[in-house]
Parts: sequence; C-alpha cells; structure tokens
Amino acid sequence: MLELSAFELAGKIASGEVSAREAAEAASERVEAAEPEVHAMITPTPELALERAERVDERRARGEELAPWEGVPIAVKDVLSTRGVRTTCGSRILENFEPVYEATALARLGEPVVVGKANMDEFAMGSSTENSAFGPTRNPWDLSRVPGGSSGGSAAAVAAGEGWWALGTDTGGSVRQPAALCGIVGLKPTYGRVSRYGLVAFASSLDQIGPMTRDVRDAALLLSAIAGRDPRDSTSASAEVPDYLAELDRGVEGLRVGIIGEMMGEGIEPGVREVVERAARSLEEAGAEVGEAHLPHQEYALAAYYIIAPAEVSSNLARFDGVRYGMRVEAEGVHEMFRRTRGRGFGDEAKRRIMLGTYALSSGYYEAYYAQAQKVRTRIIEDFRAAFSRFDVLLSPTSPTVAFGLGEKVEDPLAMYAQDICSIPANLAGIPAISVPGGLSEGLPVGVQLMGNHFAEATLLRAARTVEEASGFRFEMRP
Amino acid sequence: MISRDEVRHVAELARLELTDEELERIGGQLGAILQSIEKIGELDLSGVPPTANPLNLTNVLRPDEPQEELSVEQALANAPEVEGNLFVVPRID
Repeated sequence: MLELSAFELAGKIASGEVSAREAAEAASERVEAAEPEVHAMITPTPELALERAERVDERRARGEELAPWEGVPIAVKDVLSTRGVRTTCGSRILENFEPVYEATALARLGEPVVVGKANMDEFAMGSSTENSAFGPTRNPWDLSRVPGGSSGGSAAAVAAGEGWWALGTDTGGSVRQPAALCGIVGLKPTYGRVSRYGLVAFASSLDQIGPMTRDVRDAALLLSAIAGRDPRDSTSASAEVPDYLAELDRGVEGLRVGIIGEMMGEGIEPGVREVVERAARSLEEAGAEVGEAHLPHQEYALAAYYIIAPAEVSSNLARFDGVRYGMRVEAEGVHEMFRRTRGRGFGDEAKRRIMLGTYALSSGYYEAYYAQAQKVRTRIIEDFRAAFSRFDVLLSPTSPTVAFGLGEKVEDPLAMYAQDICSIPANLAGIPAISVPGGLSEGLPVGVQLMGNHFAEATLLRAARTVEEASGFRFEMRP
Repeated sequence: MISRDEVRHVAELARLELTDEELERIGGQLGAILQSIEKIGELDLSGVPPTANPLNLTNVLRPDEPQEELSVEQALANAPEVEGNLFVVPRID
C-alpha cells in the first residue's frame, strides 16, 4: 500500500478495498520508523489521523459519497493552523500555540487525515529547513544532505512515505525547491488560487499554499481539493476552478514552450542543466514547439525579493510580542517585555529578515529600497507578460543545484538566498509554477520548473505530466 | 556598510533585543546583504508604477455584515496572561 500514489490509494478507499483506517495506520507506522533518521515532523499526530480516518470509514459505511481525495493521509507544514493541534511555525515563540480554527486549505479536504505537522524553516524563511527551532530535517535520498526549504519537512515526509502527500507554502520557492531536492512534485498555484486563511503570514503579497506529491496526477487531485474562492480571504480569487484531472491527459501538441535563457547559464550545475535540456527535448518530441525565452530583469529579482519579503516580514512578525499568544519573557515595562520576548523567541534568520525589513522601510531608506524594489517587481511582471505573448509555458531548473550538505551554507546567508534564484520571479509576478522530477545528477534528484500565465495551472500540469512520463523517473520511497 | 550604532537603532525600532555577539554577527551579515541588494539602484525606474500586490488589489473590503466571530474565551485561549476578559501586559514604561 505504501508504494501506491495518492490517486490510486483514494480509488481503493472509495471502492472499499482499503479502509481509511488501514491507510492511516500504515502512514503512522511509517512515520514512527522513518522519523529517527529523517525528522520530517515537528508534531506527529497518529491519534488524530486514526480518529479522522475512522470517521471517513463510518461515512462511507453509511453510504455517503466521499470526495475523491478523502481518507488519504497527509502531512501538513506547521505554518497552517490546525484546530487544537499545536502550530509552531518552526519557532520557539509559538512552541505551545494551539489555534482555535482550521486553515481553509485543510478544511476543504473534509476530514483531513493529518499524520503530522511537518518541520520547516522558522516562519518559512529559508532554503534548507536548518532554521527550525526543532532541529533540521534530513533529505531521505542522502541523510547527510538538506531536504531544501522552507517546506523541507513536507517534502521529506512525502519522499519517505510518511503520508501520501503534503501541503507546503511557497513565498520564494519553498514548495518547489524542496520538492526538487527530494524528488517529488511541488506546485505553487497562482497567487489567490488557494485561500491563505489560517496560514500564518510570512510575506502576504507572495505567500501561496501548494500541493507536494508523489506524481503530477496527485498534484492535480490535491489542487482540485484546495483551490477556489474563500470569503474568509479577501485576496482569494473568484476565477472558476477547472477539472485539473480531466485536463491532464490532453498532451502538449502545439504548446509553445520557452527555455529561459537567463536561468540556464552561470551558477547552474551542469548536471542540472542537462536534465532541463532533456526535459525540453521530451516536450518537443511530444509535439510542443520549443524556443528560447528571455526575462531581461531576472538578475534583479533576487535583490527585489530580499527587500520586499523582509519588509513584509517586519510588519507581519510584529504581532509576536508576548501579549496575545506565544511565549512571553517577563520584564519590567511593556517595551522591555516586547524586546526580550522577541529576542529570545526568534531564531537567527527571522531576526536577520526583521532587521533587513525594518531598515528598508525606515526613514531615509524607503525610496531607495522598498519603493525601488516594487518598481522592479513591475518590470518583472512586464517581462513575464512579454514572454507569455510568445510562449504558453516557460522552462527552467527549479534549483541551481542538487541537494547540498547539512551545514554547508548556514554561515553564508547570500549563498543560501541564491538557492531561490530560479523560483523567486514566479512569486513576484504571482504566476503558477510547478517543479517535476526530471532525472538524476550525481545520484540525486533534479527538479524541472515549468511556469505559466495566471490561472494556467491546467496547462502546467499537462506539460509536467509529459516531462514526468518521458523522464523515466518514478516515485520510490526512501530511505 | 551599516554601522554598529545603526544596527542597534534598527533593532530598537524592531523591538528586538540582540546580544553583543548578535549585534556584531547580524550587523556584518546585514552589511553584506545590503551591498548585494543595492544592485537594484542601477536601474532607472522613474515613471514606473510600483507593484505592491500581484493581483493589483487595493482596499479589498467585504460587505459590512455581521459574521460569526471568535468568542472571548477563544480569543484569550493562547494569551500568556489574562485577567477577566482582558490581556494583561506590564506597565507602559
């Protein structure tokens, strides 16, 4: 059962061949077996999984029709609110925080059989899951390497079979990059496609919740479950949600695919480049027209992101002050209490970004940094618009490298930030992007990134399915 | 480069207590990061409108209708210190 895809397992649960309870038990046993090595979870929830699974089975026994994703055990990044289950965001400051409501993306799953809250970089800031206050996660492909981040726990959980799929969040690549490094599929939907209600905010104009799955079909299924307008999130989009599964087998005949020239040069490992080139050839052989695309302002995207995201962080994380929730360090006077609580509660990366954002927004620097970065964002959106007038899909690596060693980049924030160089532009523009395993380099998985116009997830899934089929890469549980 | 006094001032604005070691280390890293992001100053962007949100949303308001809300108990459930229906904070210094 553990080797089935989520889609296949859902079919067996719906037909009664496998009970949801059996699936939940199998997942929780796998969590117990893999966790000592992988540490993908902050809080395993075997009892919750069992309780929910039994409810799914009872409903089925009563003759109720189940949604096609119900009963499939899921790992959930610990930045999504789960009612009554602690939600730490990978931070000491929220170590004992228990939300009183459920995130919409989870509630949409009906009775989500949550096997655990997955490890992550603190408040989703990072590219390696080494910034978690609860210790790093390890890559199931090679335990001496990172799983990527910030949804590294979710990615590692899927790769290790701790649940059939997972939810992650992507602010600058945090679903796609760990998916690439762990050999799974990661989809960042269009900004607004999935409600952010119940997601603890990192950078509100960039954050998006996305599926992390064993294959492209599973991604289509999970997206179908969580997409759509939510009155509780005024930035969620009212655009109609297509039947992603039905669209999947349409192939890529006539699709125009552009390889982004600026993302194939310096800094990209040769083995990664080769896999992306092979993916382009497979799309061409399947009937797509392949050419070269350009994003002239790509070289400014990283800098713009590292102004805009920290600026939003400095504002969003102001709420963690020891008054309404989270830890409090006692002190004489309210200001000293704020300072000590935040100084003790936040880790290094959160502090760095709060400082950077506060500086960029402070008097005298606002125009030079924040206002200028927002204008760069406009230029990047214009670049994408021009590219999508010629191409339906843009192709690039997801990450410039394969999984790197634990501790390798911890002391060098700039080297760590460069990990997101290919993924950040999609967040700045709010467009959808998917990472699909395209093959191996040095025995480690390489992710191929496909980007599409706003709300073109169905097209991306079709192209990703073609890459997946041609790559010969199939999900295999590790370690 | 960002001076030690500036780092201390920014930490104060952010209500963040930093140890001397953190001031030194984070200050140094901030300097390096700021140097790398100054790259955006190379571009002439006069006349380019800023983008704050990819969907270009401004002042999104929902209809002014009563909705289900958190109870007082729920709102206070995670508070470090509570008295009656209130959050307790130390005196304002």
